[in-house]
Amino acid sequence: MTRRFTAGIAVLAVAGLIGWDLKASPPNPYAAPPILAIGSGLSTAGGFCGALPN
Amino acid sequence: MSEHVIAGALAPRPILKRGGLIVAAVFVVLAVAALAGARYGLLLAVGLGFGLALEGLRFGFAGPWRAMILRREPSGLWAQLLAIGIVTVFALPLIANHGGELNGAQAPIGFAMIAGAFVFGVAMQVVLGCGSGTLVNAGSGNPVSLVALPFFAIGSFAGAYHLFWWTGLGALPIMNFEGWSGVLITLGLLFSVAMVAWKFATPQKRVLPRRLVIAAVVIAALALANLLISGQPWGVVYGLGLWVAKGAVAAGVDLSGSAFWAAPATAERVTSSVLTDYTSLTDIGIILGAFFVASWRVGGLSAKLPSLPARAWVGTIVAGFLLGYSSRLAFGCNVGAFFSGISTGSLHGWVWFGAAFVGSIYGIKLRPILGLEARS
Repeated sequence: MTRRFTAGIAVLAVAGLIGWDLKASPPNPYAAPPILAIGSGLSTAGGFCGALPN
Repeated sequence: MSEHVIAGALAPRPILKRGGLIVAAVFVVLAVAALAGARYGLLLAVGLGFGLALEGLRFGFAGPWRAMILRREPSGLWAQLLAIGIVTVFALPLIANHGGELNGAQAPIGFAMIAGAFVFGVAMQVVLGCGSGTLVNAGSGNPVSLVALPFFAIGSFAGAYHLFWWTGLGALPIMNFEGWSGVLITLGLLFSVAMVAWKFATPQKRVLPRRLVIAAVVIAALALANLLISGQPWGVVYGLGLWVAKGAVAAGVDLSGSAFWAAPATAERVTSSVLTDYTSLTDIGIILGAFFVASWRVGGLSAKLPSLPARAWVGTIVAGFLLGYSSRLAFGCNVGAFFSGISTGSLHGWVWFGAAFVGSIYGIKLRPILGLEARS
């Protein structure tokens, strides 16, 4: 058995995660923010490992 | 000989395979842009870039620290410091002039934060993969990282679940270097660390290869793109915990007992698409980017899987969980705390660096005991 097998599992797991999530929580492209945060006039709203939630 | 000819005829030609990889990479970026929005597609492209650069140019964190500790080779550490320095020069003034739109990786120094960074340093040397490294290695078929990754994600979820209890043990206010004075202080500190590494380095190994200079510039450019597009620095760990939280909620688990996961902003992200979560997108991009590089290389995925003892797999699972759990207490991993924390002026990034580096010394000693390499 080679790394082709384990790398394939990793890619399939990513594909599975995205596929399951698309069904469970479909995104809405019409509610997407501007392409760049800089210059958008909007506050950052993403989750980050260095930040506590408000 | 005829068998070789037949095998060669059946094997996909590199040019076709590589063309297919390029088409696949463009397709996933365009698909995410169409499904979720242009910003998210662009961020996935940045994540793919990270994966391509980290795997393709052999830029890492755990390996270079190991090389510095064991063999007194400073080149990988210098490349990290160079990349952080480049980001600092641009990021701190940008954050100062675009407050609100752009945020740094700012977190408090505390008991749990320091202990978390130490444990992360131990665990990342056990599996020889940090936050980004575990993703890269899993994508390129490393079985140890592939096993560690799901437990890393579970640990990240659990660490976030308990985060407020740990921060309640005591923490200082958030302290940052800001603006151009922050740039000068940070560059001075980075230079000082580079000089300490130079002093301890084996004289013949005091060189910075061109490959690592290019890698540092590329990684810095991608980190800045991450900041400008998403408004926040490059991170890894949050996305992994979010995936488990989404799975837990889907399985009927009630997260209202966690102040972290029940917070309104976090709860909203748990119900939103992973394709709209910044760290999830770059994490996915890193795995896929590393896979593309490994597939691109001739023989890149043909290495046989190692035969490891049972204790090595148990050690991998425990270390994977600890990577996730400790990085939440430490307010980030080598990416979110060390790379992004220092480059956006947070003092906790420096404390993280010191604690994780000491932890790495013990992790290096633990790795052969767990059967993850031959004992020396």
